[in-house]
Amino acid sequence: MGLLLIISAVTYAIFFLVPRAAGVSSDDIAGRFAGKQPDAVTLAAIKDRFGFDDPVPVQYGKFIKGIVVGDTYDTGTDKIDCPAPCMGYSFRTNQSVTEQIVDRAPITFMIALGAAVLWVIAGVSIGVLSALRRGTIIDRAAMAVALAGVSLPVFFTGLLSLAFVVHKWQLLPSVNYSDIGDNPFNLILPWICLAFLYAALYARLTRAGMLETMNEDFIRTARAKGLPERTVVFKHGLRATLTPIMTVFGLDVGLLLGGAIITEKTFSIPGLGQLALDGVYQSDLPVVLGATLTAALFIVLANLVVDILYGVVDPRVRHS
Amino acid sequence: MARRNTGGKHAAGLVDDVGAHVAGRTPPSAFLEVRDLRIHFPTDDGLVRSVDGLSFRLERGKTLGIVGESGSGKSVTSLGILGLHNRRNATVSGEIWLDGQELVHASPGDVRALRGRKMAMIFQDPLSAMHPFYTVGHQIVEAYRVHNDVSKRVARKHAIDMLGRVGIPKPDKRVDDYPHQFSGGMRQRAMIAMALSCDPELLIADEPTTALDVTVQAQILDLIRDLQQEFNSAVIMITHDLGVVAELSDDILVMYAGRCAEYASVDDAFHRPLHPYTWGLLGSMPRLDRERSERLMPIKGTPPSLINVPSGCAFHPRCAYGELNGGRSETERPELVEVEPGHKAACHLSLQQRREIWESEIRPKL
Repeated sequence: MGLLLIISAVTYAIFFLVPRAAGVSSDDIAGRFAGKQPDAVTLAAIKDRFGFDDPVPVQYGKFIKGIVVGDTYDTGTDKIDCPAPCMGYSFRTNQSVTEQIVDRAPITFMIALGAAVLWVIAGVSIGVLSALRRGTIIDRAAMAVALAGVSLPVFFTGLLSLAFVVHKWQLLPSVNYSDIGDNPFNLILPWICLAFLYAALYARLTRAGMLETMNEDFIRTARAKGLPERTVVFKHGLRATLTPIMTVFGLDVGLLLGGAIITEKTFSIPGLGQLALDGVYQSDLPVVLGATLTAALFIVLANLVVDILYGVVDPRVRHS
Repeated sequence: MARRNTGGKHAAGLVDDVGAHVAGRTPPSAFLEVRDLRIHFPTDDGLVRSVDGLSFRLERGKTLGIVGESGSGKSVTSLGILGLHNRRNATVSGEIWLDGQELVHASPGDVRALRGRKMAMIFQDPLSAMHPFYTVGHQIVEAYRVHNDVSKRVARKHAIDMLGRVGIPKPDKRVDDYPHQFSGGMRQRAMIAMALSCDPELLIADEPTTALDVTVQAQILDLIRDLQQEFNSAVIMITHDLGVVAELSDDILVMYAGRCAEYASVDDAFHRPLHPYTWGLLGSMPRLDRERSERLMPIKGTPPSLINVPSGCAFHPRCAYGELNGGRSETERPELVEVEPGHKAACHLSLQQRREIWESEIRPKL
């Protein structure tokens, strides 16, 4: 229920606030759809077809209705049927927004999930190692690299890696999207660049969490029982450290599923992030609406999954 | 060998500070013997002398109460015996002999093998001392299986047995509960079940009742005493509550600034104490059999910093009788002297002076 409420609030906000704030008139929107130098009759027909001159609440109602039960656009001469989650048609390409999102979502999924696997493995192991070897050269080196990682945005590491790995040393072929479906390892460079940023963040989080956990009383108890240090660290320490990190992880992945905008732009990968960005550049309202709504949906779902998982992992949550 | 005979009636005795050094690493006859234990922590502000030359002995079946204010080194001593002090930054010297095996110079692996099996510990706050994500049963099973090569099923049965023995109702059901589903007293019982799961011969209880309701405290103390008799284990009871010590202990070791101020049988410590600090502890203990209008006599001042321990007798800035010996306590550290068999105190005042002060000034006010 709460999730539905959030989704509705988001659609409401993007529908009412964005176009109004931008000060776009219905003529402008219709003009964009019509193309170059439209005449008044065409404009009027377009406005009539999409209901641009209807009061905003009516348009909002139509939008919501389109998402829930689908919509039919009737021009008098022909009818266009837009089935259930209908988010309208791009003003630019006249393509169904839903179709565009469905086309591009797998690409973004691959970027986000591939990078997520990399950064969790790298970040958590480096964080644990750093915490256990606190103050040593290993810890200092790892944290220096992590600081660099947190500070360097993807558009920097991405361009740098493209320049050297792909163009100068030619270690990898340039990222090529027609192949993404066939060979997901084409994405290795974007994965590494995106994972580097997050791994650095997670290494720092894990290290701080681990240092705190290892000072807990229950760790002392575990040692007092005579458990081997390995068990103390990985079973008792890591378990307690990873629970809060899991929350952050879920939300980060949810956020990226809605579009890894900078990564996609840097490597020119046509994912959801690109779609949203192009929509904004071209004032393609239905596309912006659709992309934002999708991103919001992923974040809300990620929240839900994290909440459920928390109950599984932490018995104190389960019983309260 | 400068070890003194502490007399037959005291099973737990004390080894002379100096003697330990001379004695070298000779295995003692006592079950647990701590010789000149020093645990220091170098910090940015200076060397923290948490434990600074502590020696004592303990036999099976006996209970030693270690009392003292916060920061007197009680807990560090107990953690040091189990090898649970922070090995990264602590320097430990001296000797700890447990049943003929020396622990200070033993490898961490050897000490680990003894922990939980031969020596176990009960902690102050059972909620934070148990892992919140594992069931109580799992945590007991884990403690049992690390030292006993048995199947999970056998270990689980053992865990249920142990829970039943420490008085948890329906142990076969509660074994699958998480620590947060237990009440405070139940949790401490479970903690005791965990500590006793491998029949340890030495049990160290670090303020086991401090975090509990008063009504539950007595139950837990009774439980510890009963189990001690059943297992015939040696118990070190660390507390700042003299009532607990009087209840449970055979002997008392009063710690001040990382050293032993007085060592005596419970009877001597309560009726013939010979150290001004022990007087202070007795004076600040509330008693139900006294008029409420009578005020407690707190010890003035605060416990000393363990970095800049006062010169001479560490207690002298807070001692009301320091002037009686012409400032000797400010310059010269008093040795721990055995004044009667099994009764030792470290004080510059003459035995005669102390006996007079106790009889005339302190005792009437208690």
